[in-house]
Amino acid sequence: MRVTVWGTRGSIATPGPQTARYGGNTACVTVEGEGGTFVVLDAGTGVRLAGAAVPHSVKRIDLFLTHLHMDHIIGLGFFPPLQRPDLEVHIWGPKAAGGDLKTRLNRYLSPPLFPVRLRDVPAAVTLHEIAAAEVAIGELKVTSSFVTHPDPALGFRVASKRRAIAYLPDHEPALGAREFPAGPTWTSGHRIAAGADVLLHDSQYTASEYEERVGWGHSSIDQSVAFARQAGVGELMLFHHDPSHDDATIAALAEDAAERAGSEVMTSAAAEGRVIEL
Amino acid sequence: MAPQQQEIEIILARQLASYLATPVFLVARDGTLLFYNEAAETILGRRFTETGALSMEEWSAAWTPTDAAGSPLPSDSIPLVIALRDRCPATADFWITGHDGVRRHIDAHAFPLVGIAGSLVGAVALFWEKSA
Repeated sequence: MRVTVWGTRGSIATPGPQTARYGGNTACVTVEGEGGTFVVLDAGTGVRLAGAAVPHSVKRIDLFLTHLHMDHIIGLGFFPPLQRPDLEVHIWGPKAAGGDLKTRLNRYLSPPLFPVRLRDVPAAVTLHEIAAAEVAIGELKVTSSFVTHPDPALGFRVASKRRAIAYLPDHEPALGAREFPAGPTWTSGHRIAAGADVLLHDSQYTASEYEERVGWGHSSIDQSVAFARQAGVGELMLFHHDPSHDDATIAALAEDAAERAGSEVMTSAAAEGRVIEL
Repeated sequence: MAPQQQEIEIILARQLASYLATPVFLVARDGTLLFYNEAAETILGRRFTETGALSMEEWSAAWTPTDAAGSPLPSDSIPLVIALRDRCPATADFWITGHDGVRRHIDAHAFPLVGIAGSLVGAVALFWEKSA
């Protein structure tokens, strides 16, 4: 299983020399199975480069959207595989009470916000609404579960027979918890993350920033480390970097997080272009 | 076996309940008691940490819901049972005897927790002690 990070930033893309090391593109990660199965997690601005790297041998792509906030779908219209008529693109997104997935995606992918409608792209696009589910995609299994974040948002676990990654880019499991972490039974996202080899987890804020943004749907780095330790993951990658954090800030925060995590959980800040072979 | 994570709707319901001054009683889809808050503790006469998870049979026996005459309430007329069975809100007033031995007249309003996917994940009862 090969995991490639294409976009790490939260909220809004932040290109520029100050963010060159960890990246300015918004959320996108790809997972390639040993048998060639190609899974994409989220369609932030990073999905443009991810799509351009899809081998021509791939005839099916499964794109899983955690939720429909703009930083997670804004790249969808620029996803090169949508222009390939030989490709099946399956888009999986969260079920919601306020309209079906097609209607909600078309709010963005239609004039006046975007010139091309999803129904008009050359690829064969199929939409799937999911809640808590387990989906077999080739040799990979994708498990989804709703997690704490404003508007319906999913977390995903992508597993091969031997390895698993957990992807919780927008997640505030500490919201309202009297103690955090509150144990596996009462912690949002635990089911997705438990025992994963790699966890990419929302780590947008410092502890002091979080105090001013409680309920915005994101975690502090301390909370992310505590969550990862409880889940018993092998490696924590701090993800969904705050747009105001430049490379030097993120590097310092990651160093501090690694010290807090100790030897139990290897910790680093997610960086665009990183490839993890599992 | 590792403990199973509760559904997100149940986790959020518990978190909300823990901040409310209104007594709240939270059960799973099979009726198992998952949590009651501090406000409920004063009416039920025992801290939740002392009670822990109880099956529906256990908790309905523990507080013995009765009518005004002291006759046991049929279990299918308890609001929480109706909310789970019929997936609709239910209201009733009845008497319970707390673990402190005090018999109290309460109003209970229960509603089902149905997730986005349409599945029943549990039910919540809000209740008050009726003034004399």
